[in-house]
Amino acid sequence: MKRSIFSKAVFAGTIVFLFLPLAVLVFYSFNESKSGSWGGFSLRWYLKLFTDSPDLWRAFGNSAIIALGSAAVATAIGTLGAIGVNWYRFRLRSYLRTVTFLPMILPEIIIGVSLLVFFSGLGIRLGLFTVFVAHVSFNLPFVFLLVLARLEEFDFSIIEAARDLGATEAQTLARVILPMIMPGIVSGFLTAVTLSLEDFVITFFVTGPGATTLPLYVYSAIRFGISPVINALSVVMILGTVALTWSMRNFLKYIAAK
Amino acid sequence: MIGSDVVIEHVGKSFGAFRALDDVSIGIGKGEFFSLLGPSGCGKTTLLRIIAGFEQPESGAVLLDGVNVLPEPPNTRRVNTVFQNYALFPHLSVFENVAFSLRLAKAPDATVRDRVGHYLRLVELEAHADKKPAQLSGGQKQRVAIARALINEPSVLLLDEPLSALDAKLRQHMLIELDAIHDKIGITFIYVTHDQQEALSVSDRIAVMNGGQVLQVGTPQEIYEAPATDFVAKFIGETNLYEGTIRSVSGQMAELDTAEFGTVYVTDDDPPPAGTRVSWTVRPEKIRIDLERPSSVRGGLNLLSGLVDEPIYSGFQTKFYVRTDQGATLKVIKQHADWSDEGPRIRWKDSVWLSYSAEDAFLVEVKR
Repeated sequence: MKRSIFSKAVFAGTIVFLFLPLAVLVFYSFNESKSGSWGGFSLRWYLKLFTDSPDLWRAFGNSAIIALGSAAVATAIGTLGAIGVNWYRFRLRSYLRTVTFLPMILPEIIIGVSLLVFFSGLGIRLGLFTVFVAHVSFNLPFVFLLVLARLEEFDFSIIEAARDLGATEAQTLARVILPMIMPGIVSGFLTAVTLSLEDFVITFFVTGPGATTLPLYVYSAIRFGISPVINALSVVMILGTVALTWSMRNFLKYIAAK
Repeated sequence: MIGSDVVIEHVGKSFGAFRALDDVSIGIGKGEFFSLLGPSGCGKTTLLRIIAGFEQPESGAVLLDGVNVLPEPPNTRRVNTVFQNYALFPHLSVFENVAFSLRLAKAPDATVRDRVGHYLRLVELEAHADKKPAQLSGGQKQRVAIARALINEPSVLLLDEPLSALDAKLRQHMLIELDAIHDKIGITFIYVTHDQQEALSVSDRIAVMNGGQVLQVGTPQEIYEAPATDFVAKFIGETNLYEGTIRSVSGQMAELDTAEFGTVYVTDDDPPPAGTRVSWTVRPEKIRIDLERPSSVRGGLNLLSGLVDEPIYSGFQTKFYVRTDQGATLKVIKQHADWSDEGPRIRWKDSVWLSYSAEDAFLVEVKR
């Protein structure tokens, strides 16, 4: 079937709208000049990024630790929570489910302010630890939701079959339930890593001295004019994200085929 | 493998206000192929789940070889289940699905290979050992589920509507296979179904259930030929079921007054006295249908004339709805035995003669 001019135009327009800003960024990252005008091709900002930006790399390190750590903790708690809510019948069960989704719907700024009030009320010093706790708390619902969705689509008689064939409750969990919901757990973890890496608003409220994450660093750097180093960093991050997405897709395919 | 006898004693179970099982007692013999038959919601699946250990009854006991198993969790009972929707583990291969309970018991690899190989051969799936459940057809999945349930050498195999997800042709085929497997291994099979054809064709005995109660337990012949209640008569096969009042009794034969057909002769092992209100039945295939009046009329033969309302031809037989002269409708089934058979030549609006012997008409229930 031949596509109409209109649909081609919409397609082209969407692609341009989505990717032109990224193209501009990539373009300027290779610009010799520091200003908006083209000063010739150069890798000097990449050189500066990798050899002469200690604060940036410290912020990147913080971000990586917070992202991986909070995602791991959120995945563990969220998975067990989803299994518990799905498996056992208890009072306030449906209430608990609804409340768990709240942080996903609430505006980030409200979560940020309430966490700040909470930490200062308890007298906890703001720093890496508070950022970590905040990230675990906003990552949790996403893992919970993804794992729960996976749990809900599988047939309860499979659990009965495992019990019928001689498995104890713990063996059923380890040999049947966990392997079956693994794709949900993995995508929950990766979603949590991504959300944590890019979070600015909540982190901004609960961070303290020495706990600058990458988004906070970039924001503060940009206030004094856009440094081409940030452009170079962005290109590196785009490539990193593409690589991560690609490997995640293949991993999920591998799990599905196994 | 040796089967167990299963005794269900006064089992009762409610879900909220719904009485799923009401004081159910059944005795099932060693190695029997026993069916629980009834419409959906009759309690048959609940009873099966109680035997498996997935539900606890409020009262009663389930004895396996004389020992009450109700306190045991499902994983230690010598009972395995074939689930309605197979319930295969989607992340494991056919081989590992069947090997599941051996792996739990930490059996050595050589034993696992031998035993799994043996049961895969039994269900003719050796060639598919490495496939995932998603790559199998419905019939193959069902066979994996059977092999997986048998590998632990249970003394009772529970089958929960195992063929309901298969198409009609495959269902016939699997039924024969199930019967063959039962003959080969000789353990007790308890088979839950709502399909009376399935139950009649494979069972040694059948319990017909409705509304949480067992209405009749008997061989397929007993259930079909001598239904104990109106419900059983209507649920099993097709039948003509009417009411009447006993006028006189002589031996095992009773003469009924009926509103629909006048005088009717029926038999019963022990007919109730004259004046009793009863229901009676005659199976459609027991009624002869002729274009001419039968020449010899013995005593005790019921003879009626009527008009063909609706012939339903289905190749090997024709089913007729015949409106009798008194205005009631009888179902009649005529088998087309050979070419000379006049069944296919009886048409819509033909006037016909119906006849059936008193020995083929039975009393069912006493009414008050």
